[in-house]
Amino acid sequence: MSQSHRIEGGQIDRSKTLRFTFDGLPYLGHPGDTLASALLANGVRLMGRSFKYHRPRGPLSAGSEEPNALVELRSGGRQEPNTRATVAELFDGLEANSQNRWPSLRFDALAINDRLNAFFAAGFYYKTFMWPKSFWEKLYEPMIRRAAGLGSVSREEDPDSYDKGFLHCDLLVIGAGPSGLMAALTAGRAGKRVILADEDFRMGGRLNAETFAVAGTSGADWASAVVAELSTLPRVRLLARTTVLGAFDHGIYSAVERVSDHLPVPAAGKPRQVLWRIYSDRAILCGGATERPIAFENNDRPGIMLAAALRAYANRWGVKAGERIAVFTNNDDGLRTASDLKAKGVEVVAVIDSRDGEEVIDTHGRLGLKTIITRDRKGRTREIRVDALGVSGGWNPNVNIHSHHRSRPVWDASIAAFVPGAEGPPGLMVAGAAAGVLSTHGALRTGRDAAISALGLTGAMDLPEAEDAPISVSALWHVAHGKGRAWIDQQNDVTVKDIKLAQQENFTSVEHMKRYTTLGMATDQGKTGNVIGLAIMAELTGRSIPETGTTIYRPPYTPVALGALAGRSRGKEFKPYRLTPSHHWAAEQGATFVEVGNWLRTQWVPKAGETEWRQSVDREVLATRKSVGICDVTTLGKIDIQGTDAGAFLDRVYANTFSTLPVGRCRYGLMLREDGIVFDDGTTARMGEHEYVMTTTTANAVTVFRHLEFCRQCLWPDMDVQLISTTEAWAQFSVAGPNARRLLEKVVDQDISDAAFPYMGAGNITVGGLRARLFRISFSGELAYEIAVPVMRIEKGHVAGGELNGQSTALNMGLGRMVSKKKDSIGMVLSQREGLTDAGGYRLVGVRPVDPKAKLTAGSHFLEKGAAAVAANDGGWLTSKVYSPHIGSDIALGYLKGGDSKIGTRMRAVNLLIGQDTEVEIVSPHFLDPEGERLRG
Amino acid sequence: MASLMAMTALGAREAAVVTVGPLSIAERVDVAVASVAVRRGRVLAAGVIPQPGPSRWEAGKPFSAFWVTPDMWFVEADFAAHELLADGLKASFGDAASVTEQTDAWVIFDLSAPDLAPVFERLCNVDFQALPEGYATRTVLDHLGVYLIKHGSGAARVYGPRSSAQSLLHALKIAARSAF
Repeated sequence: MSQSHRIEGGQIDRSKTLRFTFDGLPYLGHPGDTLASALLANGVRLMGRSFKYHRPRGPLSAGSEEPNALVELRSGGRQEPNTRATVAELFDGLEANSQNRWPSLRFDALAINDRLNAFFAAGFYYKTFMWPKSFWEKLYEPMIRRAAGLGSVSREEDPDSYDKGFLHCDLLVIGAGPSGLMAALTAGRAGKRVILADEDFRMGGRLNAETFAVAGTSGADWASAVVAELSTLPRVRLLARTTVLGAFDHGIYSAVERVSDHLPVPAAGKPRQVLWRIYSDRAILCGGATERPIAFENNDRPGIMLAAALRAYANRWGVKAGERIAVFTNNDDGLRTASDLKAKGVEVVAVIDSRDGEEVIDTHGRLGLKTIITRDRKGRTREIRVDALGVSGGWNPNVNIHSHHRSRPVWDASIAAFVPGAEGPPGLMVAGAAAGVLSTHGALRTGRDAAISALGLTGAMDLPEAEDAPISVSALWHVAHGKGRAWIDQQNDVTVKDIKLAQQENFTSVEHMKRYTTLGMATDQGKTGNVIGLAIMAELTGRSIPETGTTIYRPPYTPVALGALAGRSRGKEFKPYRLTPSHHWAAEQGATFVEVGNWLRTQWVPKAGETEWRQSVDREVLATRKSVGICDVTTLGKIDIQGTDAGAFLDRVYANTFSTLPVGRCRYGLMLREDGIVFDDGTTARMGEHEYVMTTTTANAVTVFRHLEFCRQCLWPDMDVQLISTTEAWAQFSVAGPNARRLLEKVVDQDISDAAFPYMGAGNITVGGLRARLFRISFSGELAYEIAVPVMRIEKGHVAGGELNGQSTALNMGLGRMVSKKKDSIGMVLSQREGLTDAGGYRLVGVRPVDPKAKLTAGSHFLEKGAAAVAANDGGWLTSKVYSPHIGSDIALGYLKGGDSKIGTRMRAVNLLIGQDTEVEIVSPHFLDPEGERLRG
Repeated sequence: MASLMAMTALGAREAAVVTVGPLSIAERVDVAVASVAVRRGRVLAAGVIPQPGPSRWEAGKPFSAFWVTPDMWFVEADFAAHELLADGLKASFGDAASVTEQTDAWVIFDLSAPDLAPVFERLCNVDFQALPEGYATRTVLDHLGVYLIKHGSGAARVYGPRSSAQSLLHALKIAARSAF
């Protein structure tokens, strides 16, 4: 707990101390620390194990490119695997654990894989698990799946919430390093609406990690001053802790803002993260560059880090990564690490510069670096005792987002790196190190100029004075030495040997190489390893690096929590509910509800003493048959259709005729799709000369309205028709049963006798003086009305969801005569196709068991008596089934081949899934009152 | 004679008022609404209702209106004085317009706060901050199709489907807690 490796300086708040644990041990840190910087300050280098070989690993970097230091944070529902310790912001009480090890990080039993590495080369599972074939599913796949993955999840529900949102701006600046700050300042001072997003919790990028002066002050102080100014500009929005994940079409970018990740728990009502969709006229990618390592034998030990990361830990966090440090570099930037560390009083014991012919060829130290072996230009080797080594192989511009529309980056030999190509996402420019401009002055200049160009500004701000050192780099991808393993992709354990094996086996395309070796497929997506891998492949194949090319870059730039992608749409908030007007009353009665689309529809209302649903349902059915029942049918779609062509319009969208319907009457309508298949059905009433009210099924309320609007706007724009949905405007109740009229007479103000209000009548009435509508229609076969105020079908053989299955024709349903041939209507012509009019085709029939106690099941198939239960003998299927307390047995509807000629015959309803084979009688689908005397009564 | 009691979209007798931090959400049950669509080739009698252009709301007395689709507006009026708004408009326009009562089809929430942009940026793809006063649009809010009218940087009206009043209010409250 001593913070033994803490040194002077840095942008941490030493006035406050934070307590945290790693693998159960307590440590101390300060606000401004990351988990990695705090662990390093406490002398902890070992933070994880690699994926395949379980090699001990410490942090390689100080940023989001980190492949090694992956940990689990928190516990319970908030447990979060595979978090990069290098970007996890320290807070008091942080609980972190290592992962992918057993039983402990220091002693990991699966490190045996490292000893057996000869068997685990690239593609080993393609070769090893091929036979015996039967072992794959039972043994190999479960075994591989168990071994795969790094961290674990608790399987508890995440207690936090995640938001989604939409932002708009003139200019999105991605990255708040020197180029991003300068771009945002230029645009912000010009009064433009700017969003500046940075994944770090402290804006400034590399300026926070360097010691150069900008405008006569430290880079970090200059950055702070710019951020302070930007925060005063009303049209500039600063989004720290926000990673821009990808570029999408039409100037849209996605970004995740980590609102509460740096807190023990989110503040009340606040989300953990917000996934933003950003609409931007222009964008500038100022994402900086990522330093790349050099591959040499055993280059993956804890303590071996990128040189600029060593520098960042010292300058930004006041941490020395070791007591004796060496630097291995192929460029001038690596030398800065040595000079910065020396200036901080850290002992730098060696600088190995490959440009002078010196190289690091091997290292030692099981759980952390102890010595390095160097080789000079004359081949002499030397072992040097160090506990930290900074490696710099040059810098790769972060071209990812610029390449999300498949723009190929181009090779820039002057910096030995890929830079953005010409054709990026429209409206996106690149500035600073992301564009391959690696000096501070260059970053400031290109940031300013990109903003001016993107927004068409006039006049340029003066640039602050800053270093502008030329780039001196001599490409070195790997050190040729010995037969040991030299790591390229540290997270996925891809080595130089694996690249060689891929080349030997002819997987030389970068896309093949990636999949064969798994290079760049881990959570870090190969940010530090990809370019080295393809450069080595280029060497092996004799092609140039640009000829070898890069793999495709895809969003997201860094991993995203699934919770952020789901947003609020989870659990009970997965979708909004629709409640009927009687919902609150029904809930008070203890009703059971069923989800129908978004609607919660009352299924049954139990009474005291009823212990199971059938008792309630049977009582309700019998009450309706014997007296009267009420059902809230508000969920049915209702569409107001007006205009002088309303009748003609209905004639075209319905298979039957409506223009002849008298005012004050309603009619059952059948709507077909263009292909002649039944689309929807319902009643439509004529309320006035040019005014109709259409009813649709609940499920098709929206699609029918959309269809009608398409017909109105696109097919027949010359018709005078106006449409508007009134589904929500009227509370509509079906009142059915022999006593329906007697009940309604008690509430309506008008005469509704059979003579005054006959079957299929419709009209405006009043209820206690309130305007209302009454329709005398029935879906149950009973005397029935639907009454609407500002708010049992199967016994009657009325088709619904099971029968309206998107494959059925009017003929199938026994409604073929409803398709009028006297007029054209949507679907009429194609409904007459050969195949749809086959006399032996499916027909809707009623079904009941010969033995009233026998059970029927929807989905059962019709078979002739004695026929084998094979597809060739299939006669059709049961579409829906209920128990009818009125009839006293199960009853069903079904589609039966030639069913209209089989009424009165006996067949079998066979369900092989549940072993049911029931003798049934084929009957009319109208079980009740086929002559309609009850409903006309 | 039946005697019916009015119930709000939220299933209560009184309109709801909810406060979340600086945000006030007031359910409005005192607004009568009707849609007015011009029939083909016809012109509406002048001076009866405002007829704003696309994406606009226009105040008027006694009727305000906002555009919903070409040649169609939603007309707002004080419910107490114009309960039979649709009947009145039908009488005014005759067969030049198709008029439909919409009063009970919607739940109406009036939102007020010093600045509503932080709430709406979490709810819908509308650039509330940049839009002018009187902007009216159809948008999707928490999966629900709604009309959003901006009356000022700190004042807006949301028309949501009546059946989803509870879900819509919940979404507004949650977004407000997140934003403020």
